[in-house]
Amino acid sequence: MNTRTTAQRQQFTALMRFFHWLTAALVLTMLGIGVAMVASLADYHRLVSIHRPLGILILIVVVIRYVNRRFSTLPPFPATMSSRERFVASASELLMYTLLFVQPLVGWGMLSAARYPIVMYGSLLLFPILPHSAMLYAVLRKTHTVIAYLLFLTFIAHFGAVLFHTWVVRDGTFSRMAPWRVRAH
Amino acid sequence: MPHDSTASAEGHLAPLSKGGAFARLAGIGVIVLAVAGAFLYLGGWFSPSALTPKRFVDGFERVDGIYSGFRRNHAKGVGVSGFFESNGQGTRLSKAVVFQAGRVPVIGRFSFGGGDPYVADAPNLVRGLGLLFRQPDGEEWRTAMVNFPVFPFKTPQAFFDNLIASQPDPQTHKPDPQKMEAFLAGHPETVQAMKIIKSHPVSSGFDNSAYYGLSAFWFVDASGTSIPVRWSIVPLQPFAAADAEAAQGDKNYLFDALIASLVQHPLQWHLMITVGQPGDVTDDATIPWPDGREQVDVGTLTLDHVESEETSPARDINFDPLALPAGMAPSDDPLLSGRSAVYSQSFTRRAGEKKLPSPVAPSEVRK
Repeated sequence: MNTRTTAQRQQFTALMRFFHWLTAALVLTMLGIGVAMVASLADYHRLVSIHRPLGILILIVVVIRYVNRRFSTLPPFPATMSSRERFVASASELLMYTLLFVQPLVGWGMLSAARYPIVMYGSLLLFPILPHSAMLYAVLRKTHTVIAYLLFLTFIAHFGAVLFHTWVVRDGTFSRMAPWRVRAH
Repeated sequence: MPHDSTASAEGHLAPLSKGGAFARLAGIGVIVLAVAGAFLYLGGWFSPSALTPKRFVDGFERVDGIYSGFRRNHAKGVGVSGFFESNGQGTRLSKAVVFQAGRVPVIGRFSFGGGDPYVADAPNLVRGLGLLFRQPDGEEWRTAMVNFPVFPFKTPQAFFDNLIASQPDPQTHKPDPQKMEAFLAGHPETVQAMKIIKSHPVSSGFDNSAYYGLSAFWFVDASGTSIPVRWSIVPLQPFAAADAEAAQGDKNYLFDALIASLVQHPLQWHLMITVGQPGDVTDDATIPWPDGREQVDVGTLTLDHVESEETSPARDINFDPLALPAGMAPSDDPLLSGRSAVYSQSFTRRAGEKKLPSPVAPSEVRK
């Protein structure tokens, strides 16, 4: 009984887990679209047309997710994690939130600076958030690529670390964020 | 407190053997590499010979050189602006706001094809006109047209292969005729299209030239019905045949003539929509539609202001042929997505560069 309640408290709340997996699906799709579209002639337009509204959707999801996180009780770190590992986990979480929040804004800003119509769907447009400036566009366009690679690297590190904790350390790290409800034995 | 320190869904487990731990680590390594590899694959890392927007623009730079701040193609140009006065006839074809009776502002840019901004004006160079129609709702219709009734290349790859084949030989400064012949032998559609282009009369200037949107698009009306269309603009300025002797050593004579005539009086074109029939090709800009297709005059384009690249907003606008308002949609013509991608790449490269002055100077002509 005692073990079970501990295990339940070890999992993130259902809403937090939902937002985690929603973000994961959206961001991985986005990274795939982004890397494919800049290398594609035939599918460029189709992919860009998805990329823009999907980026704004991620921005909205990340903001809601962050607010939800602030108002949720987090389970404690597994006791197997050293204080240094805890610091790395917290810092990488903060880094991911920051990148996920900044990246759509950079994309939005760069399209504004390029004076592109920022089409979401049909005749629905986003208003520009920056003035028309080719130089500003150039800087933000580079920044967008750098952040995309940083996001990809943080994802790979996060993914690898979870697999390591789950399969080698075997401290149940994955079950903390598993999409399903995990009960102790 | 065993449940506190190792509390996990897996419960209490026997420690891993050294070999077991190594196998699991190796497994993790393989999975992580596979995921990273999947992204690299999507990004084209494993297909180094595939034509990408970057390699396409590299091709322009290789053939024409790099001129800081200039477009990698259609480099020599001048900015214009004015308005489009719609007569309302287009509303039965497309729900795009631009076709509702009334006036919308237009920004444009006349240009010559090729990546050299200092090329000497000549009547046989490709004349380009990029236009941006700004609807009151903020949506935009951008189109990049040329003075050819059809396009010589069916696909981005064919365009690129021709570009590379036409690269001047460093010794003779002329394209290698054998490479050009080899290209044409593999592209009968280009041979056909060139015949049509050659039989098309070339006008004396930018102002009395027609410009064609080349690719087919779909127009969607208010009821959701789609029809294939092509568009062109037909000058109100009377036609006069081109005269190559008129240059008299002036490298900018065609641009200067355009500027001089624009300063005297506004220039006007009818915007013509050609309505396609079922079965008309929409994925091949080298093939004209049959004669007799319905032509709808949807309004008049007026250009009444000209300014240099240094001050015109047109310089820093990408005339992306797929910036379309609701009511217009791309066809399956492969040139469209390819152009959109390559224009974007060219725009990105020049945006961050120092801007060199354009040789076309409206303020000088006006004096």
